[in-house]
Amino acid sequence: MEFIYYFGDVFTPVNFLLLLVGTIGGLILGATPGLSPTMAVALLIPFTFHLEAVSGLILLGAAYTSTVAGGAVSAILLKIPGAPANIATTLDGHTMAKKGEGARALQLSFLASAVGGIFGVLLLIFLTPLLAKWALAFGPSHLFWLAILGVTIIGSLDSASVVKGLLSGCIGLWLATIGFDDIMGAQRFIFHSSLGGGINIIAALIGLFAIPQVLTMFAKGRRNDNIEVIEVKKHAIGDAVRELFSRKRALAIGTAVGSFIGLIPGVGGQIAGLVAYDQTKKFSPEREEFGTGHSEGVIAAESANNAMVGPSLVPLLTLSIPGSPTAAVLLGGLLIHGIFPGTDLFDNHPEVAWTFINSMLIGQVLMCLFGLYIAGLAARVAQVPQSVMAAVVLGLSVFGAYSVQSSMGDVYVMAALGVMMFFLERFGFSAAPLVLGLILGPIAEANFIQGSMIANATDGLGSYFFSGGLNLILIAVVIASIIYSVMMELRQNRAQTVGVEA
Amino acid sequence: MNRAQHIIPSGIVFFVGVWIAWVSFTQQPSEAFLFPRLISASFVALSGWTFLKALLGWSKIGSGISRQMAVNLAPGLVVALLYVFWLAKALGFYTATALAFFVLLSLYDPAPHDNLKTWSKRGIITACFIAVMYGVFGLLLKVYTPREILF
Repeated sequence: MEFIYYFGDVFTPVNFLLLLVGTIGGLILGATPGLSPTMAVALLIPFTFHLEAVSGLILLGAAYTSTVAGGAVSAILLKIPGAPANIATTLDGHTMAKKGEGARALQLSFLASAVGGIFGVLLLIFLTPLLAKWALAFGPSHLFWLAILGVTIIGSLDSASVVKGLLSGCIGLWLATIGFDDIMGAQRFIFHSSLGGGINIIAALIGLFAIPQVLTMFAKGRRNDNIEVIEVKKHAIGDAVRELFSRKRALAIGTAVGSFIGLIPGVGGQIAGLVAYDQTKKFSPEREEFGTGHSEGVIAAESANNAMVGPSLVPLLTLSIPGSPTAAVLLGGLLIHGIFPGTDLFDNHPEVAWTFINSMLIGQVLMCLFGLYIAGLAARVAQVPQSVMAAVVLGLSVFGAYSVQSSMGDVYVMAALGVMMFFLERFGFSAAPLVLGLILGPIAEANFIQGSMIANATDGLGSYFFSGGLNLILIAVVIASIIYSVMMELRQNRAQTVGVEA
Repeated sequence: MNRAQHIIPSGIVFFVGVWIAWVSFTQQPSEAFLFPRLISASFVALSGWTFLKALLGWSKIGSGISRQMAVNLAPGLVVALLYVFWLAKALGFYTATALAFFVLLSLYDPAPHDNLKTWSKRGIITACFIAVMYGVFGLLLKVYTPREILF
């Protein structure tokens, strides 16, 4: 119950103001098609660099929570999911809006998001200390395998092609080695003066997540999207609250599915929303009405994608394995303040860890309150032309990358990585494992070197890294995640071939 | 997406992998390259397999770049690269950003180019954006940017 002592810290003027800014800004950014939660959080990181660690994390956490919920606004009113996590919301939410029930759909979506989100954060509060204590038993070999597991699990589960996902992870791990070696001080892969200090994580995060989206908007050309916003008529909030709790089954399934999926690294909100929608439909006596504007569809999808947020941070805060690409960006936000997840975080910086987690709990309530009031405004922002959006994101990326160290080198690195990632994505590579490789690379290398030294003084490298229960379990999970993903990919290819032949 | 679109990028990635492996296994001190050697071995194996698949025509993942997409992308990419790699330092951040922002807006704005009102609107949006950027980065965060050419 340690977290209770740090509730007051959320309400200091600066922290609470940042929580409000993150929540409102996140809702608006989330509602904007083309701006993913990961990109929104990546663009905010340079601002947190100038803040205290806890204040910065509060801003990032609030933005993470509310961008996921804000995506429902454009999903319901414009039929464009603000983020992949909101795809399932579109199915019934937009139909409800077209029937003149837009306000009801929005109210249900924000209320369900808040219930799911609060449950998810409570899971985070109660599971994290247990896992963090367990992590105390980890030695260098285990931490090395954990870092490799983080890269391979996202590389294999988050990518359309397992080999390209793992290759993206390798590219990230290699990028992390650029610069001067920590132990010998030797130069490694410094082929341009901008790389002398290694690759700055913030510049890399901005480049890898924001620039590909800018270029994707350019690639669409001078297109007039003519997005039509459906007018929102008034609906009593009390009725929405009563309806939410009368749809307990959808709420429970959505929350449970989202929480469970959030705990699995690499699976993400899109899957959570779709699986919850599908399961609720299966268990509902009114399953025929799904897709025609049934409120259970909205409740299940939205409670699931927000319930996922808290649990996706459990492996991050305890074992340094981000549960989602956005969690990987949050890890970058922790590392730039010199804070490492796991026991270091809870033993040496409990005020940072618990204030951040508590702020996410309060943030869920604020997100619900503000979401209901600014949904209309957010939908208008979603109509901003892609040309403006692309130019704004490009300008913000350049200033954001530069502001961290006042270095033009960081701007060049950001742009080069961004352009490279845009082309790699077009050919089936994925940014998430690359980012994880970049972030977890130094952790993997430090523990590999430390482990090698211990191994040389004891039983040798093979015996140190490949024996012992925990090592074998971690290796088995690495292999199992790859085999599972390969099998899924083969099955998908076979299904596509059969479909083409048919 | 044709076979060449798979072969070229996977070939480049394979070439990079081989280069990393060569550097890792030839540079000294060897202790500093222990971890890069481990990565480069996996890198070469995975990129080699991807390249081989592309050569044999087995690659299916990825949507590639169509001719129309390349035509749409090219002007924006050129302006963005000029802005980042040359103008930002040569003209100063705010001047270069204003210029790049206005050009990109004009290039991709679907509104007609023969209307004075449209051009004024673009000018106002650019001015507002620069004002916000100056407020946030110049005044609030006190980020010192390269000297401006105009002021």
